[in-house]
Amino acid sequence: MLEVKSLSKHFGGVQAVRELDLAVNAGDIFGVIGPNGSGKSTLVNLISGVFPATTGEIHFQGQSLSNLSPHARVRAGVARTFQNIRLFPGLTVWQNLWVARNSTEDTRAEGISFRWFRKSGPVKNEIDAMLEFSGLADKGDELASNLAFGEQRRLELARAAATKPRLLLLDEPAAGMNQEEVRDLGRRIRELRQQGMTIILIEHVMELVMGITDRIVVLNFGSKIAEGEPAAIRKDKSVQEAYLGQSEDG
Amino acid sequence: MDYFLNLVNTIGIHTLLGLSAYILLLTGQLSLAQAGFFAVGAYTAAVLTVILGWGILPAIGLAMLITGLLAFLVGFPALRVRGLMLVVATLAFGEFVRMFFYNFRWRVTQEGVEVGPDGTMGFSEIRYFAEHGWTSWEVTSLIWVFVILVMAIIWWADQTRSGAVLRAVGEDELAAGTVGIDVTVVKMAAMTAGGVIAGLAGSLYAHQITMLDHHAFTVLLATFAIAYPILGGVSNVFGTLVAVIFIQGLLVEGLRFLGDWRMLLFGALIIVVMNVKPRGLFDSQTLRWIKSVLRLHLSRRIS
Repeated sequence: MLEVKSLSKHFGGVQAVRELDLAVNAGDIFGVIGPNGSGKSTLVNLISGVFPATTGEIHFQGQSLSNLSPHARVRAGVARTFQNIRLFPGLTVWQNLWVARNSTEDTRAEGISFRWFRKSGPVKNEIDAMLEFSGLADKGDELASNLAFGEQRRLELARAAATKPRLLLLDEPAAGMNQEEVRDLGRRIRELRQQGMTIILIEHVMELVMGITDRIVVLNFGSKIAEGEPAAIRKDKSVQEAYLGQSEDG
Repeated sequence: MDYFLNLVNTIGIHTLLGLSAYILLLTGQLSLAQAGFFAVGAYTAAVLTVILGWGILPAIGLAMLITGLLAFLVGFPALRVRGLMLVVATLAFGEFVRMFFYNFRWRVTQEGVEVGPDGTMGFSEIRYFAEHGWTSWEVTSLIWVFVILVMAIIWWADQTRSGAVLRAVGEDELAAGTVGIDVTVVKMAAMTAGGVIAGLAGSLYAHQITMLDHHAFTVLLATFAIAYPILGGVSNVFGTLVAVIFIQGLLVEGLRFLGDWRMLLFGALIIVVMNVKPRGLFDSQTLRWIKSVLRLHLSRRIS
Protein backbone atom coordinates (compact mmCIF):
# COMPACT_ATOMS: atom_id res chain seq x y z
CA MET A 1 0.00 0.00 0.00
CA LEU A 2 2.78 2.44 0.90
CA GLU A 3 6.14 2.12 -0.81
CA VAL A 4 9.12 4.26 0.09
CA LYS A 5 12.10 4.00 -2.23
CA SER A 6 15.61 5.22 -1.35
CA LEU A 7 14.20 8.22 0.50
CA SER A 8 16.70 10.78 1.83
CA LYS A 9 16.37 14.06 3.64
CA HIS A 10 19.22 16.45 4.42
CA PHE A 11 18.95 19.45 6.71
CA GLY A 12 22.09 21.35 5.74
CA GLY A 13 24.87 18.95 6.64
CA VAL A 14 22.66 16.69 8.74
CA GLN A 15 21.30 13.56 7.10
CA ALA A 16 18.04 12.95 8.92
CA VAL A 17 16.92 10.10 6.67
CA ARG A 18 19.27 8.27 4.30
CA GLU A 19 18.42 5.90 1.46
CA LEU A 20 15.43 4.44 3.24
CA ASP A 21 13.30 1.68 1.70
CA LEU A 22 9.98 0.73 3.25
CA ALA A 23 6.95 -1.28 2.22
CA VAL A 24 3.80 -1.24 4.30
CA ASN A 25 1.02 -3.75 3.61
CA ALA A 26 -2.62 -2.75 3.67
CA GLY A 27 -4.27 -3.52 6.99
CA ASP A 28 -1.05 -3.65 8.97
CA ILE A 29 -0.14 -1.84 12.11
CA PHE A 30 3.40 -0.99 11.20
CA GLY A 31 5.81 0.09 13.94
CA VAL A 32 8.75 2.45 13.45
CA ILE A 33 11.16 2.64 16.36
CA GLY A 34 14.62 3.98 16.95
CA PRO A 35 16.56 6.20 19.35
CA ASN A 36 15.97 9.95 19.51
CA GLY A 37 17.19 11.68 16.36
CA SER A 38 17.07 8.52 14.28
CA GLY A 39 14.77 10.16 11.72
CA LYS A 40 11.37 8.77 12.73
CA SER A 41 9.53 12.09 12.88
CA THR A 42 11.29 13.23 9.72
CA LEU A 43 9.89 10.15 8.01
CA VAL A 44 6.35 11.10 9.08
CA ASN A 45 6.89 14.69 7.88
CA LEU A 46 8.13 13.40 4.53
CA ILE A 47 5.21 11.04 4.01
CA SER A 48 2.64 13.66 5.07
CA GLY A 49 4.31 16.35 2.94
CA VAL A 50 5.20 18.85 5.66
CA PHE A 51 8.51 19.23 3.85
CA PRO A 52 9.83 17.74 0.60
CA ALA A 53 12.31 14.89 0.36
CA THR A 54 15.82 15.61 -0.85
CA THR A 55 15.78 12.51 -3.03
CA GLY A 56 13.69 9.36 -3.30
CA GLU A 57 10.11 8.40 -4.00
CA ILE A 58 6.97 7.79 -1.97
CA HIS A 59 4.19 5.79 -3.61
CA PHE A 60 0.79 5.36 -2.02
CA GLN A 61 -1.65 2.94 -3.64
CA GLY A 62 0.35 3.18 -6.84
CA GLN A 63 0.22 6.99 -6.87
CA SER A 64 3.33 9.11 -6.35
CA LEU A 65 2.92 11.51 -3.42
CA SER A 66 6.09 13.47 -4.15
CA ASN A 67 4.47 16.45 -5.85
CA LEU A 68 1.36 16.64 -3.68
CA SER A 69 0.90 19.33 -1.04
CA PRO A 70 -0.06 18.25 2.51
CA HIS A 71 -3.80 18.78 2.00
CA ALA A 72 -3.76 16.85 -1.28
CA ARG A 73 -2.10 13.92 0.49
CA VAL A 74 -4.89 13.95 3.06
CA ARG A 75 -7.41 13.82 0.24
CA ALA A 76 -5.45 10.95 -1.29
CA GLY A 77 -5.97 9.13 2.02
CA VAL A 78 -2.93 9.82 4.23
CA ALA A 79 -3.58 11.47 7.62
CA ARG A 80 -1.31 12.06 10.61
CA THR A 81 -1.03 13.22 14.19
CA PHE A 82 1.78 15.28 15.68
CA GLN A 83 4.30 14.44 18.38
CA ASN A 84 3.57 17.79 20.04
CA ILE A 85 -0.21 17.99 19.77
CA ARG A 86 -1.45 20.49 17.17
CA LEU A 87 -5.17 21.01 17.65
CA PHE A 88 -7.10 24.16 16.77
CA PRO A 89 -7.14 25.41 20.36
CA GLY A 90 -9.66 28.22 19.80
CA LEU A 91 -12.22 25.94 18.14
CA THR A 92 -14.56 23.67 20.02
CA VAL A 93 -14.04 19.90 20.10
CA TRP A 94 -16.95 19.56 17.68
CA GLN A 95 -15.48 22.10 15.26
CA ASN A 96 -12.07 20.42 15.39
CA LEU A 97 -13.67 17.26 14.01
CA TRP A 98 -16.00 19.16 11.70
CA VAL A 99 -13.23 20.94 9.75
CA ALA A 100 -11.38 17.65 9.26
CA ARG A 101 -14.20 16.27 7.12
CA ASN A 102 -12.75 17.37 3.80
CA SER A 103 -12.73 14.31 1.63
CA THR A 104 -16.43 13.55 1.92
CA GLU A 105 -18.99 14.43 -0.72
CA ASP A 106 -21.37 16.21 1.61
CA THR A 107 -18.86 18.84 2.78
CA ARG A 108 -19.77 21.09 -0.12
CA ALA A 109 -23.34 21.41 1.04
CA GLU A 110 -22.14 21.52 4.62
CA GLY A 111 -19.88 24.48 3.82
CA ILE A 112 -22.74 26.94 3.85
CA SER A 113 -25.27 25.09 5.96
CA PHE A 114 -26.02 26.64 9.28
CA ARG A 115 -24.55 25.30 12.51
CA TRP A 116 -27.98 24.76 14.03
CA PHE A 117 -29.01 22.47 11.20
CA ARG A 118 -26.26 20.08 12.17
CA LYS A 119 -28.28 18.94 15.19
CA SER A 120 -29.47 16.02 13.12
CA GLY A 121 -28.50 14.09 10.03
CA PRO A 122 -25.59 11.94 8.91
CA VAL A 123 -22.92 14.57 9.70
CA LYS A 124 -23.99 14.78 13.30
CA ASN A 125 -24.21 11.01 13.64
CA GLU A 126 -20.74 10.60 12.24
CA ILE A 127 -19.14 13.25 14.43
CA ASP A 128 -21.01 12.00 17.47
CA ALA A 129 -19.60 8.56 16.77
CA MET A 130 -16.10 10.08 16.62
CA LEU A 131 -16.72 11.82 19.96
CA GLU A 132 -17.92 8.56 21.44
CA PHE A 133 -14.87 6.78 20.05
CA SER A 134 -12.51 9.25 21.72
CA GLY A 135 -14.42 9.32 25.01
CA LEU A 136 -15.31 12.99 24.57
CA ALA A 137 -19.06 12.58 24.10
CA ASP A 138 -19.93 15.20 26.73
CA LYS A 139 -17.20 17.67 25.69
CA GLY A 140 -18.36 18.59 22.18
CA ASP A 141 -18.85 22.26 22.99
CA GLU A 142 -15.68 22.69 25.06
CA LEU A 143 -12.81 24.67 23.53
CA ALA A 144 -10.03 22.29 22.57
CA SER A 145 -7.60 24.34 24.67
CA ASN A 146 -9.65 23.55 27.80
CA LEU A 147 -9.16 19.78 27.45
CA ALA A 148 -6.79 17.83 29.65
CA PHE A 149 -3.62 16.53 28.03
CA GLY A 150 -4.89 12.97 27.53
CA GLU A 151 -8.15 14.27 26.07
CA GLN A 152 -6.25 16.48 23.64
CA ARG A 153 -4.29 13.43 22.42
CA ARG A 154 -7.53 11.50 21.93
CA LEU A 155 -9.12 14.42 20.08
CA GLU A 156 -6.12 14.71 17.76
CA LEU A 157 -6.37 11.01 16.96
CA ALA A 158 -10.10 11.37 16.29
CA ARG A 159 -9.48 14.45 14.13
CA ALA A 160 -7.00 12.54 11.97
CA ALA A 161 -9.46 9.64 11.72
CA ALA A 162 -12.25 12.07 10.77
CA THR A 163 -10.49 12.74 7.44
CA LYS A 164 -11.30 9.09 6.66
CA PRO A 165 -7.75 8.06 5.76
CA ARG A 166 -6.58 4.74 4.37
CA LEU A 167 -3.21 5.28 6.00
CA LEU A 168 -2.82 6.90 9.40
CA LEU A 169 0.58 8.09 10.65
CA LEU A 170 0.85 8.35 14.42
CA ASP A 171 3.88 10.25 15.68
CA GLU A 172 4.50 9.15 19.27
CA PRO A 173 0.84 9.10 20.30
CA ALA A 174 1.64 7.64 23.72
CA ALA A 175 4.15 10.30 24.77
CA GLY A 176 3.35 11.52 28.26
CA MET A 177 0.66 8.92 28.93
CA ASN A 178 0.35 6.65 31.95
CA GLN A 179 0.02 2.86 31.62
CA GLU A 180 -3.74 2.81 31.64
CA GLU A 181 -3.92 5.51 28.98
CA VAL A 182 -1.41 3.59 26.86
CA ARG A 183 -3.56 0.44 27.00
CA ASP A 184 -6.57 2.54 26.13
CA LEU A 185 -4.71 4.01 23.15
CA GLY A 186 -3.77 0.51 21.99
CA ARG A 187 -7.45 -0.45 21.95
CA ARG A 188 -8.35 2.63 19.93
CA ILE A 189 -5.60 2.00 17.39
CA ARG A 190 -6.80 -1.58 16.90
CA GLU A 191 -10.34 -0.30 16.48
CA LEU A 192 -9.20 2.10 13.74
CA ARG A 193 -7.47 -0.79 11.99
CA GLN A 194 -10.71 -2.73 12.16
CA GLN A 195 -12.42 0.20 10.43
CA GLY A 196 -10.04 -0.42 7.52
CA MET A 197 -7.14 1.89 8.23
CA THR A 198 -3.52 0.94 7.81
CA ILE A 199 -1.45 2.42 10.61
CA ILE A 200 2.16 3.49 10.90
CA LEU A 201 3.01 3.84 14.57
CA ILE A 202 6.09 5.74 15.66
CA GLU A 203 6.64 5.17 19.31
CA HIS A 204 9.09 5.02 22.19
CA VAL A 205 6.74 3.15 24.51
CA MET A 206 7.82 -0.45 23.86
CA GLU A 207 4.84 -1.98 25.60
CA LEU A 208 2.56 -0.43 23.00
CA VAL A 209 4.76 -1.14 19.97
CA MET A 210 5.47 -4.74 20.90
CA GLY A 211 1.84 -5.29 21.86
CA ILE A 212 -0.06 -4.20 18.78
CA THR A 213 2.21 -4.03 15.71
CA ASP A 214 2.42 -6.65 12.96
CA ARG A 215 5.81 -5.54 11.68
CA ILE A 216 8.49 -3.24 12.99
CA VAL A 217 11.24 -1.24 11.31
CA VAL A 218 14.14 -0.01 13.41
CA LEU A 219 15.89 3.21 12.40
CA ASN A 220 19.24 4.48 13.57
CA PHE A 221 20.93 7.62 12.23
CA GLY A 222 18.33 7.75 9.46
CA SER A 223 18.98 4.24 8.15
CA LYS A 224 17.08 1.01 8.55
CA ILE A 225 19.02 -1.38 10.80
CA ALA A 226 16.39 -4.09 11.21
CA GLU A 227 12.93 -5.11 10.09
CA GLY A 228 10.67 -7.94 11.16
CA GLU A 229 7.95 -9.16 13.51
CA PRO A 230 7.96 -7.82 17.06
CA ALA A 231 9.29 -11.05 18.58
CA ALA A 232 12.22 -11.14 16.16
CA ILE A 233 13.01 -7.46 16.70
CA ARG A 234 13.04 -8.00 20.44
CA LYS A 235 15.80 -10.58 20.03
CA ASP A 236 17.81 -8.74 17.40
CA LYS A 237 21.32 -7.96 18.68
CA SER A 238 21.94 -4.80 16.67
CA VAL A 239 18.60 -3.40 17.78
CA GLN A 240 19.32 -4.08 21.42
CA GLU A 241 22.63 -2.30 21.07
CA ALA A 242 21.23 0.68 19.26
CA TYR A 243 18.07 1.19 21.15
CA LEU A 244 16.33 -1.22 23.46
CA GLY A 245 19.04 -1.56 26.09
CA GLN A 246 19.52 2.13 26.22
CA SER A 247 15.80 2.82 26.48
CA GLU A 248 15.11 0.32 29.23
CA ASP A 249 17.89 1.77 31.38
CA GLY A 250 16.51 5.26 31.03
CA MET B 1 -28.26 66.86 13.46
CA ASP B 2 -26.11 66.59 10.34
CA TYR B 3 -23.03 66.48 12.51
CA PHE B 4 -24.53 63.56 14.38
CA LEU B 5 -25.56 61.77 11.19
CA ASN B 6 -22.09 62.27 9.71
CA LEU B 7 -20.62 60.60 12.76
CA VAL B 8 -23.06 57.71 12.40
CA ASN B 9 -22.10 57.43 8.71
CA THR B 10 -18.41 57.41 9.55
CA ILE B 11 -18.97 54.70 12.15
CA GLY B 12 -20.88 52.61 9.60
CA ILE B 13 -18.24 52.99 6.88
CA HIS B 14 -15.38 52.27 9.26
CA THR B 15 -17.21 49.22 10.58
CA LEU B 16 -17.29 47.86 7.04
CA LEU B 17 -13.60 48.67 6.65
CA GLY B 18 -12.86 46.93 9.96
CA LEU B 19 -14.88 43.88 8.93
CA SER B 20 -12.87 43.60 5.71
CA ALA B 21 -9.75 43.26 7.86
CA TYR B 22 -11.63 41.03 10.34
CA ILE B 23 -12.10 38.29 7.73
CA LEU B 24 -8.40 38.28 6.95
CA LEU B 25 -7.54 38.32 10.63
CA LEU B 26 -9.65 35.18 11.10
CA THR B 27 -7.25 33.35 8.80
CA GLY B 28 -4.28 34.85 10.66
CA GLN B 29 -3.37 37.42 7.99
CA LEU B 30 -2.51 40.96 8.99
CA SER B 31 -3.17 43.12 5.92
CA LEU B 32 -2.38 46.82 5.51
CA ALA B 33 -3.84 46.73 1.99
CA GLN B 34 -7.41 47.42 3.12
CA ALA B 35 -7.01 51.21 2.79
CA GLY B 36 -5.84 50.60 -0.79
CA PHE B 37 -8.92 48.51 -1.64
CA PHE B 38 -11.04 51.17 0.09
CA ALA B 39 -9.50 53.84 -2.16
CA VAL B 40 -10.01 51.78 -5.32
CA GLY B 41 -13.65 51.22 -4.37
CA ALA B 42 -14.13 54.93 -3.67
CA TYR B 43 -12.61 56.17 -6.94
CA THR B 44 -14.25 53.45 -9.06
CA ALA B 45 -17.75 54.07 -7.75
CA ALA B 46 -17.33 57.84 -7.97
CA VAL B 47 -16.08 57.69 -11.56
CA LEU B 48 -19.07 55.51 -12.45
CA THR B 49 -21.70 57.85 -11.00
CA VAL B 50 -20.03 61.17 -11.87
CA ILE B 51 -18.47 60.56 -15.29
CA LEU B 52 -20.49 57.65 -16.65
CA GLY B 53 -23.74 58.64 -15.00
CA TRP B 54 -24.49 55.24 -13.42
CA GLY B 55 -26.97 54.75 -10.60
CA ILE B 56 -25.59 54.37 -7.10
CA LEU B 57 -26.35 50.65 -6.65
CA PRO B 58 -24.83 49.40 -9.94
CA ALA B 59 -21.82 51.65 -9.28
CA ILE B 60 -21.34 50.13 -5.82
CA GLY B 61 -21.78 46.65 -7.26
CA LEU B 62 -19.16 47.08 -9.98
CA ALA B 63 -16.78 48.78 -7.53
CA MET B 64 -17.08 45.76 -5.22
CA LEU B 65 -16.46 43.41 -8.13
CA ILE B 66 -13.36 45.29 -9.23
CA THR B 67 -11.83 45.55 -5.74
CA GLY B 68 -12.58 41.87 -5.20
CA LEU B 69 -10.78 40.99 -8.41
CA LEU B 70 -7.89 43.27 -7.47
CA ALA B 71 -7.65 41.67 -4.02
CA PHE B 72 -7.60 38.26 -5.67
CA LEU B 73 -4.73 39.30 -7.95
CA VAL B 74 -2.82 41.01 -5.14
CA GLY B 75 -3.38 37.97 -2.96
CA PHE B 76 -1.39 35.60 -5.16
CA PRO B 77 2.02 37.20 -4.63
CA ALA B 78 1.19 38.66 -1.22
CA LEU B 79 0.10 35.40 0.40
CA ARG B 80 3.32 33.68 -0.56
CA VAL B 81 4.86 35.62 2.31
CA ARG B 82 3.58 35.63 5.84
CA GLY B 83 3.80 37.50 9.12
CA LEU B 84 5.84 40.68 8.99
CA MET B 85 6.67 40.29 5.31
CA LEU B 86 2.96 40.23 4.49
CA VAL B 87 2.52 43.46 6.47
CA VAL B 88 5.31 45.08 4.46
CA ALA B 89 3.99 43.76 1.12
CA THR B 90 0.43 44.94 1.75
CA LEU B 91 1.68 48.29 3.07
CA ALA B 92 3.59 48.74 -0.20
CA PHE B 93 0.43 47.95 -2.16
CA GLY B 94 -1.55 50.54 -0.18
CA GLU B 95 1.01 53.24 -0.92
CA PHE B 96 1.10 52.19 -4.57
CA VAL B 97 -2.65 52.72 -4.83
CA ARG B 98 -2.48 56.06 -3.06
CA MET B 99 0.27 57.33 -5.35
CA PHE B 100 -1.69 56.10 -8.36
CA PHE B 101 -4.67 58.25 -7.42
CA TYR B 102 -2.33 61.11 -6.54
CA ASN B 103 -1.43 61.16 -10.25
CA PHE B 104 -4.76 59.97 -11.68
CA ARG B 105 -6.46 62.61 -13.82
CA TRP B 106 -9.61 62.05 -15.89
CA ARG B 107 -11.51 65.31 -16.46
CA VAL B 108 -14.60 65.53 -18.61
CA THR B 109 -16.94 68.43 -19.24
CA GLN B 110 -20.56 67.88 -18.36
CA GLU B 111 -23.09 70.67 -18.90
CA GLY B 112 -20.27 73.22 -19.05
CA VAL B 113 -18.66 72.06 -15.81
CA GLU B 114 -15.43 70.09 -15.64
CA VAL B 115 -15.73 67.05 -13.36
CA GLY B 116 -13.70 63.94 -12.48
CA PRO B 117 -10.56 63.07 -10.57
CA ASP B 118 -7.93 65.77 -10.84
CA GLY B 119 -4.66 64.24 -9.58
CA THR B 120 -3.22 66.16 -6.67
CA MET B 121 -6.33 68.35 -6.47
CA GLY B 122 -8.43 65.32 -5.59
CA PHE B 123 -11.84 64.30 -6.87
CA SER B 124 -14.51 66.74 -5.79
CA GLU B 125 -18.16 67.28 -6.62
CA ILE B 126 -19.30 63.68 -6.20
CA ARG B 127 -22.85 64.89 -5.96
CA TYR B 128 -24.93 61.82 -6.69
CA PHE B 129 -26.98 62.02 -3.48
CA ALA B 130 -27.54 65.79 -3.72
CA GLU B 131 -28.49 65.63 -7.41
CA HIS B 132 -30.99 62.83 -6.82
CA GLY B 133 -32.59 64.45 -3.81
CA TRP B 134 -31.50 62.01 -1.12
CA THR B 135 -31.92 63.33 2.40
CA SER B 136 -29.21 62.84 5.03
CA TRP B 137 -31.41 60.24 6.71
CA GLU B 138 -31.71 58.25 3.52
CA VAL B 139 -27.95 58.27 3.00
CA THR B 140 -27.38 57.08 6.55
CA SER B 141 -30.00 54.37 6.10
CA LEU B 142 -28.34 53.14 2.90
CA ILE B 143 -24.97 52.89 4.63
CA TRP B 144 -26.39 51.03 7.61
CA VAL B 145 -28.42 48.63 5.49
CA PHE B 146 -25.10 47.55 4.02
CA VAL B 147 -23.42 47.42 7.43
CA ILE B 148 -26.15 45.22 8.88
CA LEU B 149 -26.20 43.05 5.76
CA VAL B 150 -22.43 42.46 5.85
CA MET B 151 -22.43 41.84 9.60
CA ALA B 152 -25.26 39.35 9.21
CA ILE B 153 -23.49 37.52 6.38
CA ILE B 154 -20.20 37.26 8.28
CA TRP B 155 -21.99 36.22 11.46
CA TRP B 156 -23.88 33.56 9.54
CA ALA B 157 -20.73 32.35 7.78
CA ASP B 158 -19.14 31.96 11.19
CA GLN B 159 -21.84 29.47 12.17
CA THR B 160 -21.13 27.27 9.17
CA ARG B 161 -18.37 24.81 8.49
CA SER B 162 -16.68 27.36 6.20
CA GLY B 163 -16.35 29.74 9.13
CA ALA B 164 -14.77 27.04 11.24
CA VAL B 165 -12.35 26.32 8.39
CA LEU B 166 -11.34 30.01 8.22
CA ARG B 167 -10.63 29.99 11.94
CA ALA B 168 -8.78 26.67 11.73
CA VAL B 169 -6.36 28.22 9.22
CA GLY B 170 -5.87 31.19 11.55
CA GLU B 171 -5.23 28.91 14.52
CA ASP B 172 -2.63 26.63 12.93
CA GLU B 173 -1.82 26.63 9.22
CA LEU B 174 0.27 23.48 9.36
CA ALA B 175 -2.38 21.51 11.23
CA ALA B 176 -5.04 22.84 8.84
CA GLY B 177 -3.08 21.45 5.90
CA THR B 178 -2.73 18.06 7.57
CA VAL B 179 -6.50 17.70 8.03
CA GLY B 180 -7.00 18.31 4.32
CA ILE B 181 -7.75 22.05 4.22
CA ASP B 182 -6.31 23.81 1.17
CA VAL B 183 -4.75 26.70 3.07
CA THR B 184 -3.97 28.76 -0.05
CA VAL B 185 -7.56 28.59 -1.30
CA VAL B 186 -8.92 29.59 2.10
CA LYS B 187 -6.55 32.55 2.39
CA MET B 188 -7.33 33.69 -1.17
CA ALA B 189 -11.05 33.49 -0.45
CA ALA B 190 -10.59 35.60 2.68
CA MET B 191 -8.44 38.10 0.79
CA THR B 192 -11.05 38.41 -1.99
CA ALA B 193 -13.96 38.76 0.43
CA GLY B 194 -11.97 41.37 2.37
CA GLY B 195 -11.37 43.28 -0.87
CA VAL B 196 -15.06 43.19 -1.79
CA ILE B 197 -16.10 44.57 1.60
CA ALA B 198 -13.40 47.27 1.60
CA GLY B 199 -14.56 48.25 -1.90
CA LEU B 200 -18.13 48.56 -0.62
CA ALA B 201 -16.94 50.73 2.28
CA GLY B 202 -14.96 52.92 -0.12
CA SER B 203 -17.78 53.42 -2.60
CA LEU B 204 -20.15 54.46 0.20
CA TYR B 205 -17.47 56.75 1.61
CA ALA B 206 -16.93 58.52 -1.73
CA HIS B 207 -20.59 59.45 -2.09
CA GLN B 208 -21.13 60.33 1.53
CA ILE B 209 -18.07 62.61 1.80
CA THR B 210 -18.51 63.91 -1.83
CA MET B 211 -14.80 64.68 -2.18
CA LEU B 212 -11.84 62.29 -2.44
CA ASP B 213 -8.27 63.20 -1.63
CA HIS B 214 -5.32 60.82 -1.56
CA HIS B 215 -4.53 62.05 1.97
CA ALA B 216 -7.55 60.12 3.22
CA PHE B 217 -6.01 56.79 2.20
CA THR B 218 -2.70 56.85 4.04
CA VAL B 219 -1.29 54.17 6.29
CA LEU B 220 -3.29 55.73 9.14
CA LEU B 221 -6.50 54.47 7.54
CA ALA B 222 -4.92 51.05 7.00
CA THR B 223 -3.93 51.01 10.67
CA PHE B 224 -7.48 51.92 11.70
CA ALA B 225 -8.77 49.06 9.54
CA ILE B 226 -6.75 46.42 11.40
CA ALA B 227 -7.01 48.17 14.77
CA TYR B 228 -10.80 47.69 14.90
CA PRO B 229 -10.86 43.88 14.76
CA ILE B 230 -7.72 43.65 16.90
CA LEU B 231 -9.24 45.85 19.61
CA GLY B 232 -12.66 44.28 19.28
CA GLY B 233 -11.34 40.77 19.12
CA VAL B 234 -12.18 38.16 16.52
CA SER B 235 -14.59 36.08 18.57
CA ASN B 236 -17.49 37.80 16.78
CA VAL B 237 -18.40 40.69 14.44
CA PHE B 238 -19.89 42.86 17.18
CA GLY B 239 -16.46 43.41 18.71
CA THR B 240 -15.43 45.29 15.57
CA LEU B 241 -18.52 47.51 15.71
CA VAL B 242 -17.91 48.31 19.38
CA ALA B 243 -14.26 49.10 18.67
CA VAL B 244 -15.26 51.49 15.86
CA ILE B 245 -17.77 53.27 18.09
CA PHE B 246 -15.13 53.51 20.78
CA ILE B 247 -12.37 54.84 18.51
CA GLN B 248 -14.38 57.02 16.10
CA GLY B 249 -17.07 58.10 18.51
CA LEU B 250 -15.09 58.53 21.70
CA LEU B 251 -11.45 58.99 20.78
CA VAL B 252 -11.67 60.87 17.47
CA GLU B 253 -14.91 62.87 18.00
CA GLY B 254 -15.35 62.93 21.76
CA LEU B 255 -11.82 64.13 22.40
CA ARG B 256 -11.69 66.61 19.50
CA PHE B 257 -10.66 69.38 21.90
CA LEU B 258 -7.31 67.62 22.28
CA GLY B 259 -6.49 68.19 18.59
CA ASP B 260 -3.94 65.88 17.03
CA TRP B 261 -2.87 64.68 20.46
CA ARG B 262 -5.77 62.22 20.20
CA MET B 263 -3.72 60.06 17.84
CA LEU B 264 -1.26 59.59 20.68
CA LEU B 265 -4.06 58.09 22.74
CA PHE B 266 -4.98 55.82 19.84
CA GLY B 267 -1.49 54.33 19.77
CA ALA B 268 -1.38 54.05 23.55
CA LEU B 269 -4.77 52.34 23.55
CA ILE B 270 -3.62 49.61 21.17
CA ILE B 271 -0.51 48.98 23.27
CA VAL B 272 -2.54 48.79 26.49
CA VAL B 273 -5.18 46.46 25.02
CA MET B 274 -2.57 44.16 23.47
CA ASN B 275 -0.92 43.81 26.85
CA VAL B 276 -4.00 43.49 29.02
CA LYS B 277 -6.24 41.62 26.59
CA PRO B 278 -4.13 39.98 23.91
CA ARG B 279 -7.19 38.39 22.29
CA GLY B 280 -9.06 41.68 21.96
CA LEU B 281 -11.47 43.59 24.19
CA PHE B 282 -14.27 41.16 23.46
CA ASP B 283 -12.53 37.81 23.70
CA SER B 284 -14.56 34.73 24.53
CA GLN B 285 -13.63 35.01 28.20
CA THR B 286 -15.03 38.54 28.48
CA LEU B 287 -18.15 37.55 26.58
CA ARG B 288 -18.76 34.70 29.00
CA TRP B 289 -18.31 37.13 31.90
CA ILE B 290 -20.80 39.59 30.37
CA LYS B 291 -23.28 36.75 29.82
CA SER B 292 -22.95 35.50 33.38
CA VAL B 293 -23.43 39.03 34.75
CA LEU B 294 -26.55 39.47 32.63
CA ARG B 295 -27.91 36.11 33.72
CA LEU B 296 -27.31 36.97 37.38
CA HIS B 297 -29.00 40.32 36.88
CA LEU B 298 -32.01 38.70 35.22
CA SER B 299 -32.39 35.95 37.80
CA ARG B 300 -32.31 38.55 40.58
CA ARG B 301 -35.09 40.48 38.89
CA ILE B 302 -37.23 37.40 38.61
CA SER B 303 -36.82 36.28 42.23
